[in-house]
Amino acid sequence: MIPLKAYLVLSALLFGIGLAGALSRRNAIMVLIGIELMLNAANLNFIAFWRFHPGTEPLAGVMFVLFSIAIAAGEAAVGLALIIAIYRHYKTTNLDRMDSLKG
Amino acid sequence: MSWISSNLWLIPVLPLLASAVLAVTKQPHRRFAAALAIGSMALACLLSWDAFLTTLHAPAHGGIWRDFHNFRWFQMGDQWLWLGWLLDPLTAVMLVMVSTVGLLIFIYSVGYMEQDANFTRFFCFLALFGSAMLGLVMANSLLLLFICWELVGLTSYLLIGFWYHKPSAAAAATKAFITTRIGDVCFFLGILWLYGQSGTLLFYDHGRGCLEATALTSMVTQTTISGMAISTAIGLLIFCGAVGKSGQVPLHVWLPDAMEGPTPVSALIHAATMVAAGVFLVARVFPLLNASSGGGAEVSGALTVVAWVGSITAVFAACIAVAQTDIKRILAYSTVSQLGYMMLALGVGGYAAGVFHLITHAFFKALLFLGAGSVIHGCHEEQDIRRMGGLRKYMPATFATYAIGMMALAGVPVFFSGFWSKDDILHSAFAWPVSKGPFFLGLIGAFLTAFYMTRQVCYVFYGDYRSAHGNKRQNKMPHESPAVMTTPLKILAAGAILLGLLGTPAWPWFQDFLTGQHATFRFGQLFEGEVLGLMLLSTLMVAGGIGLGWWLYGLKPATKAEAADPLERVQPAVFGLLREKFRVDEIYAATVIKGTFRLGEICSWFERTVCEGCIRVVTYVALGFSWLNRFADEYVVNLGFDTSCRNLRQSAGLLSSLQDGQVQNYLRVIGVAMAILVLLLVWGGGL
Amino acid sequence: MSQCPYFLTILTLTPLVGGIVIACLKQDKEKWARGIGLGFSLLSLASVLWLWFTHNPAGGLQRIERHVWIPSIGVEYFLGIDGLGLLMVLLTAAVVPFALFAPGPREGYPKSHYSLFLFLEAGLFGTFTALNFFHWFIFWELSLIPAFFLIKLWGGPRRSYAATQFFIYTLVGSVAMLLAFQAIFLATGTFDFVELARLGRSGQLAAALANRLGWQQGSAAMLIFLGVFLGLAVKVPLVPFHTWLPAAYAEAPTGTSMVLTGVMSKMGVYGFLRILMPLFPEQMRMVLTPLLWLTVITIVYAAWAAMAQTDLKRTIAYSSINHLGYCMLGIFAAMKFTIGEAQWTTEKAAALNGVLLQMFNHGLSASALFCFIGLLERRAGGMRGLNDFGGLRKVTPVFCGLMGIAIFSSLGLPGLNGFVGEFLIFKGSFSLASWAAAGSVLGLLLTAIFLLIILQRVFHGPLNQKWTGLADLSAGERWMVSPVIALMFLIGIYPQLIIKMTNPTVLQMVSHLTH
Repeated sequence: MIPLKAYLVLSALLFGIGLAGALSRRNAIMVLIGIELMLNAANLNFIAFWRFHPGTEPLAGVMFVLFSIAIAAGEAAVGLALIIAIYRHYKTTNLDRMDSLKG
Repeated sequence: MSWISSNLWLIPVLPLLASAVLAVTKQPHRRFAAALAIGSMALACLLSWDAFLTTLHAPAHGGIWRDFHNFRWFQMGDQWLWLGWLLDPLTAVMLVMVSTVGLLIFIYSVGYMEQDANFTRFFCFLALFGSAMLGLVMANSLLLLFICWELVGLTSYLLIGFWYHKPSAAAAATKAFITTRIGDVCFFLGILWLYGQSGTLLFYDHGRGCLEATALTSMVTQTTISGMAISTAIGLLIFCGAVGKSGQVPLHVWLPDAMEGPTPVSALIHAATMVAAGVFLVARVFPLLNASSGGGAEVSGALTVVAWVGSITAVFAACIAVAQTDIKRILAYSTVSQLGYMMLALGVGGYAAGVFHLITHAFFKALLFLGAGSVIHGCHEEQDIRRMGGLRKYMPATFATYAIGMMALAGVPVFFSGFWSKDDILHSAFAWPVSKGPFFLGLIGAFLTAFYMTRQVCYVFYGDYRSAHGNKRQNKMPHESPAVMTTPLKILAAGAILLGLLGTPAWPWFQDFLTGQHATFRFGQLFEGEVLGLMLLSTLMVAGGIGLGWWLYGLKPATKAEAADPLERVQPAVFGLLREKFRVDEIYAATVIKGTFRLGEICSWFERTVCEGCIRVVTYVALGFSWLNRFADEYVVNLGFDTSCRNLRQSAGLLSSLQDGQVQNYLRVIGVAMAILVLLLVWGGGL
Repeated sequence: MSQCPYFLTILTLTPLVGGIVIACLKQDKEKWARGIGLGFSLLSLASVLWLWFTHNPAGGLQRIERHVWIPSIGVEYFLGIDGLGLLMVLLTAAVVPFALFAPGPREGYPKSHYSLFLFLEAGLFGTFTALNFFHWFIFWELSLIPAFFLIKLWGGPRRSYAATQFFIYTLVGSVAMLLAFQAIFLATGTFDFVELARLGRSGQLAAALANRLGWQQGSAAMLIFLGVFLGLAVKVPLVPFHTWLPAAYAEAPTGTSMVLTGVMSKMGVYGFLRILMPLFPEQMRMVLTPLLWLTVITIVYAAWAAMAQTDLKRTIAYSSINHLGYCMLGIFAAMKFTIGEAQWTTEKAAALNGVLLQMFNHGLSASALFCFIGLLERRAGGMRGLNDFGGLRKVTPVFCGLMGIAIFSSLGLPGLNGFVGEFLIFKGSFSLASWAAAGSVLGLLLTAIFLLIILQRVFHGPLNQKWTGLADLSAGERWMVSPVIALMFLIGIYPQLIIKMTNPTVLQMVSHLTH
């Protein structure tokens, strides 16, 4: 059986790649993809901890992850819609140019 | 009680109405103006004669006959102010004199003012004057007298300044009004005091009047500062008014300047009537002035002052007259001197003598002035006697009448009225118990009068015509005046001679009439006591004066206008001083007048600097306070608040720079923060 | 009609309504402003004349209107009129139309000019009829504000300075008076003049003030007296408080000068008679000698200052101070303590009758003089210096004659109105305060000097060639001044016309004084 540590390492890698993508890319869609990756890393952790934890409720971890995936899907939809709206307004998806909330 | 005495008010009201109508009459109605003024005056004159005859026939038992009518003017508190008119011998005589002389001068003015543009206005003023003067002499109230007194002053002002375009005339008018007003202010105080003391200003009011025994007794017994009886103090204040009006020293300066007015005005107002109002006033309030605690035996202080002022004026003005060259100014100083005589007479107690001289003087002085007017008219408005001469050939009627006037004024014995009245005055002065000073001054005055009148007549009527533009080709030779002017002269000349016969010592009808006695023929009195001696003495003085004058001026008449006066050659310094009128005008200008205006400037300066300065100081103090207030607000109260506000804003600026709008920066911060949290957890031993 | 209960209110409202009507005129109807203003002021004059002829001289205070207003602070709406008030109302009603007839402002805002004038008239009517301090004071101040604007907007070159000085000076006085009346109210609980006068006469006022303020009896009442005195003395004015006057009179436009000198200067004297004399007889007697000194100084100093002026308006302004000084002399002399004898009653009544007459006469002659100067100024293109003219009588004989009458009226020539008032004042005060009267007589002489100098410099002498084309009075202008001139003669010859109205009031005042 693959030990818990391996799952966690994979999850951490996945999160790190997502974070690096979200921080380094200038394209809003790329940033969104990075965020999805980070979300999935969290989902992986959920499942892994549920599987390796003794005395847990049956299907509790799966339910959490399914919820999380559903919400991530909605989030991606809203995020993409926002990006399209922003693109229509600014004619760009470059995040550096979008600083109208500057204080 | 007769018709005239209850309707006496008509006499002044008639000319007043005429004057009111003329005030709104347009200039071109010249004949109407003259007719109206003369007509009203003639009616007033008729009524005056009626009043005189009534007085003459009045029952003269037990003293002076009086008839008066009082009426209420206005209320004050629970009392009324009463005015009234009075008919007694003094009023009757004055009424007749004023209206008769006035009428003649009105007629004369028609000729004299013929060419003047303001003919209508002239008669308006003259009629107003006539009205006020007639009102003055018949007033039974000191207040009514004062009212008329001021009105004659007003008309005098208007008529002196009648030729207002001449600066000298305008100045003379102002001077006349103000100088007499100085006296009037004292007179006013006297009236107030008298009113306060006696509670009435009516002269006679059935025992309650201020000139009747009750009031006089109470005023004599009370004394004011330095033990002077109140009656004396009041009398002196009233006399101040007379000094101003009658041109007595020291307020005589306005009268010679008043000659800037047209000559009929000088004759009527400044010789015959108005200036004599002062003498009339003293005669009217004579009981008040005469009142003394000694009950008549003692000479009152007020009358002593009157006598001295009068005698000094008589000589002082006569001296000045000696050196004058203006024909009207000589007569003006002569008037001042003669008024001094009248005051002298009243002062020494010669009540009747003073009034008698007033009447005779009115006639012969009016005559002289009208004669002078005729001369001036004939010589084409020339007034300098040095540029006249020889006029007796050109103006025989004027010369004859003028000579009569001159002899009456000089006091040529027996035939001329001036002799008798002047003699009467000297007689009274001689009998004065206090001092013989006024008597001797009177004698000197008589000598000087004879002298300067002779000098004037010689200059004007003898010798050759000396005018610079007197050549026949230009038709500039003197000419006789028209009949409208010479007829009044002749009538007045008759008066100047005949009036004297009414007051000789042998038959002192006039004096007896005034003092309410029955006139009797007392031929023997001529030779009683010192009467004849005094007459001879005064005759000697007159003869001396005329002789000296004739010797200096008549024997060798001046041939050139520029020639020096014979007296000037003898005594240039004295003569110069006299010609400059003792420099009284200059002294006044340097002291009183300058002082008054200087004080005015000081007050004005005080206003500008001190008063406005105070305001400015107050303003600056207020401004200073507000400045201080602003300082406190800005630098004390506001300072802390402002600083904390500024700091808050700066820190907010710093913090807001964190929020740069870059989403990824926020993410980075979250990432770093999470990393730190994780590290803390790890190192904290939580895991 | 003679029983009309609100007559005095209506009288005050008439000019107020007129003022509002004018203020509401449309821009293109501005030329009607003068006509409407005149109409309303003449309407007021007509009603005042009617009031005059239906007045019962012996009836004391009459046409009384009394309504509770603010009961908690003792304020009532209390109007009434006696001889004094009636005379002042008549003077106001006579001078205001005269001033409106006079040369108006040449440019700008005629609408507001005339409406301010009518507001001023309303304020004056209100002041002279009020018998409760509360609305008396409101009207007193109300008359100040239009006067301020009239000077400030249409005055001469230094109008701003003059208007501000005028306003602040009189306001300081008013504030002092207001504070004094606050104290009086605290002590007595009433603002009613009639009631306060009763308290003042019986000495209760001073006692109440001392109780309330907790000081010694004398000093408390004296302080309050001085507060009221200051307010009134500024308005009259007495000499140290007079500095606002020459500037204000000289800078104000002609009509305003006429109302200022003709009526507003009388407000102070009125206040003395209506308030100070009945309320503080004892306190006034305590400082009577300094007050008399002040009066003599006012009279003589103002006359002397007038002599040195070269601006005709300033000369007449100073002469105004001088003439009102005579009023003060009469009042102070009448205040003198005397043991009640019938003789003194006559003297005091004479002085006070003289004061009332003098107020009326000065209103006539001074406003006439200002009117003449205004006419001259307009003809000469704004020049009004003493030495700017000369010989004008030749080109303007009628003008000279009529102005001469006004001048002689002002210097107190018998036969014209000025004399009677001055005679009565001096008659009364000479017996009561001889030295003050004797000193003040000097003022009569000085007045004559500077007035005659005006006549001499402006009208006599050779004609100044600059003015050969100067126009004489037009027919309209003659009609404008002739009623005033006629009144001068009428009062001068028949003063009983006025005195029969004032004498009962004066007798009542005197009887109050002697008790």
